[in-house]
Amino acid sequence: MSGHTPAPQSAPGREVVPADADRLLPERFENPGLPVHHARMGDTDPKAAKRAERQVATLFGISALGTLITLVVYFAVKFDTPMSFAEYMTRLRISTEGLGMGLFLALFGIGAGAVHWAKTLMPDEERVEERHLLRGSDADRDAAVTILKEGAAESGLGRRPLIRNSLIGALVLVPLPAVVLLRDLGPLPGDDLSTTMWTAGTRILTDPQGRPIKPADMQIGSIVHIVPEGLDKVPDYLEQKAKAAAILLRLDPADLDPKSQPGAYEGIVAYSKICTHMGCPVALYEQQTHHLLCPCHQSTFDVTQDCKVIFGPAKRPLPQLAITVDADGYLVAKHGFTQAVGPSFWERG
Amino acid sequence: MSTTARVAEDVGNFLDERVGASKGVKFLFRKIFPDHWSFMLGEVALYSFIILLLTGVFLTFFYVPSVGRTTYDGVYTPLAGQTVSEAYASTLRLSFDVRGGMLMRQIHHWSALIFVAAITVHMFRVFFTGAFRKPRELNWVIGTILALLAIVEGFAGYSLPDDLLSGTGLRIASSIILAVPVVGSYLSFFTFGGQFPGEAFIPRLYTVHVLVLPGIFLALITAHLILLVVQKHTQYPGPGRTNQNVVGYPLYPVYTAKAGGFFFIVFGVTALMGALFTINPVWMYGSYDPSPVTAGSQPDWYMGWLDGAVRLTPGLFEFTALGFTFSFNIIIPAMIVPGLITMAMLFYPWIEQWATGDRREHHLLDRPRNAPTRTGLGVMSITFYLLLLISGGNDIIASQLHLSINDITNTLRLLGLVLPPVAFVVTKRICLGLQRKDREKVLHGRETGTIYRTETGEFFEVHAPMDDVSRWKLVGYEPIRPLEPLPAYDEHGVRRHGSRLDGLRRRISRFYFEDRVEPVTPAELDAAHEEHEALPAHEEEERGAVTASTSTPVGGD
Amino acid sequence: MPDAAPPPTWRAIVTALAARRRHPLAGVVLVIVGLVATGVLYAALAPGRAGAAEDPASDIEAGRALFLANCATCHGMDAAGRNNAPSLIGVGAASVDFQVGTGRMPLQATGPQAPQTQVRFSDDEIRQLAAYVASLGPGPGIPSAEEVDPATGDPSRGAAIFRTNCAMCHNFAGKGGALTRGKYAPNLDGTSPTHIFEAMLTGPQSMPVFDNGTMTPQDKRDIIAYLTTTSKQPSPGGFSLGFVGPVNEGLVAWIVALAALIGCAVWLGSKSS
Repeated sequence: MSGHTPAPQSAPGREVVPADADRLLPERFENPGLPVHHARMGDTDPKAAKRAERQVATLFGISALGTLITLVVYFAVKFDTPMSFAEYMTRLRISTEGLGMGLFLALFGIGAGAVHWAKTLMPDEERVEERHLLRGSDADRDAAVTILKEGAAESGLGRRPLIRNSLIGALVLVPLPAVVLLRDLGPLPGDDLSTTMWTAGTRILTDPQGRPIKPADMQIGSIVHIVPEGLDKVPDYLEQKAKAAAILLRLDPADLDPKSQPGAYEGIVAYSKICTHMGCPVALYEQQTHHLLCPCHQSTFDVTQDCKVIFGPAKRPLPQLAITVDADGYLVAKHGFTQAVGPSFWERG
Repeated sequence: MSTTARVAEDVGNFLDERVGASKGVKFLFRKIFPDHWSFMLGEVALYSFIILLLTGVFLTFFYVPSVGRTTYDGVYTPLAGQTVSEAYASTLRLSFDVRGGMLMRQIHHWSALIFVAAITVHMFRVFFTGAFRKPRELNWVIGTILALLAIVEGFAGYSLPDDLLSGTGLRIASSIILAVPVVGSYLSFFTFGGQFPGEAFIPRLYTVHVLVLPGIFLALITAHLILLVVQKHTQYPGPGRTNQNVVGYPLYPVYTAKAGGFFFIVFGVTALMGALFTINPVWMYGSYDPSPVTAGSQPDWYMGWLDGAVRLTPGLFEFTALGFTFSFNIIIPAMIVPGLITMAMLFYPWIEQWATGDRREHHLLDRPRNAPTRTGLGVMSITFYLLLLISGGNDIIASQLHLSINDITNTLRLLGLVLPPVAFVVTKRICLGLQRKDREKVLHGRETGTIYRTETGEFFEVHAPMDDVSRWKLVGYEPIRPLEPLPAYDEHGVRRHGSRLDGLRRRISRFYFEDRVEPVTPAELDAAHEEHEALPAHEEEERGAVTASTSTPVGGD
Repeated sequence: MPDAAPPPTWRAIVTALAARRRHPLAGVVLVIVGLVATGVLYAALAPGRAGAAEDPASDIEAGRALFLANCATCHGMDAAGRNNAPSLIGVGAASVDFQVGTGRMPLQATGPQAPQTQVRFSDDEIRQLAAYVASLGPGPGIPSAEEVDPATGDPSRGAAIFRTNCAMCHNFAGKGGALTRGKYAPNLDGTSPTHIFEAMLTGPQSMPVFDNGTMTPQDKRDIIAYLTTTSKQPSPGGFSLGFVGPVNEGLVAWIVALAALIGCAVWLGSKSS
């Protein structure tokens, strides 16, 4: 836009021709038509074409080489001799990389060769294909409408409401078995979501080692991941663990929230590990801040406030598991959880 | 006759006499397809699907879809003697004991990531060029469904090895189901065959992953491609290209070679990824157990936006009333937001059609700058999506960049609301600016870089007028003006159907098309020439002191 | 034939050098000579590190001196703690060996937590500091080499314990993870078995304490064996992408794979010359 003065001035010796002088301009620009075709080197120079041919052949040759490499690596890198774990991992890496590189060359070579062939040697004059309106011609449309109308009349559906209504009724009913057959996909929840293995006197064991715990085993600031005794004996081990997994923490008794003190034992508290947001294990314990962090969506619970939520998408605090010691001095549950553990559901209340 | 010719004749005759092959050849083999790299993106997705099928079949020969407990006694020492599920053990056996098994598993997983990425980029291309307009709305709907199903299929696939990371993801999925009001717990127990994790879900997921969804994919992809052939491919505007033709190269032999070759290229690159980069090292995660969990628990990238949405939604949205729990902190990010986005995507072609009132077929694509509002809306959606995606990795960002995860989360909450509208406005303005630049170029010519100094000391830059071919690209689009609906009542006082929504329709149309830059018309160019000729500087140009206007103009931008 | 030239006299050497004193490289040569001379002199004359024998009483004394000079400003002259610096009474030699031995202490700058930095004391000085702090009150001692020997640990059992007790903060491969408010659990690569043991035992900063009662020394050795095995093993699938999970995998899929494929598509669609 540089160099232009704003208003057209009449320069000496030149006339400004009015815009609408006898020229008829189209309303819009017209399509200039297909551009001039520029020949490729291979079109005009036979040596260039031969060179392109050789290049294509080389690429196909690389592909063959790649296939060969794959086959050689497959049979040459053996795993049937005894070897150390580190050696096995190294050999497996060599095998994976070797087979994969060979496969890459084998496949890419064919692809690049074919594309190069098309680009350099196949004719590249642009061709034009006419489109036709997708809609049918008026005659075809009329014919179609006539067919549909005649067919409908022949079926008699319009004149025989009894057939029509009973048909609709039957068709509405027939999908029902498909739905009903899904009933035995699973049992009804019952009270499964609200009960866990923990009851009065259930001994607390470490997870995954499975040892009982005495209070003296824990210092202030320590955490132990716990499961109920008997978990390894139940047939639905994972399902019960998914509700019963918990954590044991020892804090200074003065730091505990008054609500959590009845269920605590000398500063040791137990809380459900299953996040009340979406069920991930809330396992990250920050000893100094007394915060429990869930790694999935960063819900943060404050142990000194009875595991109230202080950040993140969870709403409900982690349920506390009231604990005490048994006659042998090992930590046990005082009673089961007083509310459902884990994520919320409609009838939780 | 040579042997080849004779064999070809026999085969051709065999097919023609049984299935009428000659008619097929006549219809299909010389179909013209336009040539542009952005038309290859859908092909990347298609070929990735084929690669997934091929490698997937190989995997099914070794994978055991069962969570029955077994003791691991394989090669990987850090798992020796551990109790694991059959699914996990079979995945390890495939990876460590089957030659090429690790490679096949990695190619399969990388291919899945590339599949969804290609679908996404292809979808953006279709959106920004307006290829979803009539008659292709159906194809857009099919494509949207394919995109969503691809995400589900990927989630199912990486959950099959039953490792710690994917099992954590399944726990989250079960919690989403639990959050459904009224029937949530029933749905969860039916889906999982009981309590989480249950023994039924992995085998059911397997059936969905290898049979149900691939079957649906095959059907939908076939429909997608048939529509493409019947409706012919769209093309970018250019010299010789009109709404009534297709300019390009024939299917046979050019596209057989190019597209066929591209399949091998995609397969090759995917194989290279599987060869060089470890993906989903399930042996390091361990078999799924609901008690352990890893820091940095994320789903695969295409689910990241959902994970991010869940991380950003605060817990205050959950409440209890009348003894029932309403978990809107899960319902909003996991059901409402994806539902709204899906609805918006599915209905978009008709929203735009309603705003333009345009019922013609469109086979010429739009340059994105020539549809500023649509482009702005697209960039706004991408911005929102990217913010959610980034939120899904907030703990990785925090630990790698040593930032506070709480600050990151709060910042992203704010940005998620503020940044998308800003992106819309900025993008729209940029598009309008680019359109104006195009107008200037047509009216005043291409800047040649040659500076001319007159006797009186004036400097001006010589502009070379654009030739027909390069100009066409800049003026060839149609100006769309805001819709003026017909009168609500006709001369007999009968209300026109749909006239009640006229006010809304007018507002939407104005939102789309009020701010616009119309293409240069011949009359305007003529007037600009008049201006040029009246300028003193024009004399100097005419005197031939400058050669730029006679040199071959370089076309276009 | 003349004999070999007689060895140059001292005068000849000086004359030759003087003749070249204005050579362009003369300055460079002088600097090099000066550096070498300084180095040789320093090596010869500088006091070496006292290879002090382990003498408990003198260790505590030396440790006290070090403590007063380097730690008392934050932890107090009596090590009872001040402001944000905790009391060191009862933390034991193990805490000191870990904190000072990994360069976390002395704290260089305030922040969400003390990061691992360059170690600022020699092994002897660390021993002395540890002895002094241990003398202030009973606490966990520095484990012996046998106690932390990975060869006596079971990596498989260690992996299971690690996943339940450690992976949620340090990630499944020990590569680290985020905690709240800018704190983090560090990457465990390169951490010695002794320091791993001590960290579990003493619970530094945000890390909780894993008592020997609930996580026995054998459990700890198993964990150390697991970490040692995995840090040495090559990733059998190729480059590991950092073992931080699907985030890096998604990034690589877009930035490497899709970019390469789009590049191939552009090549495919472009006109050939």
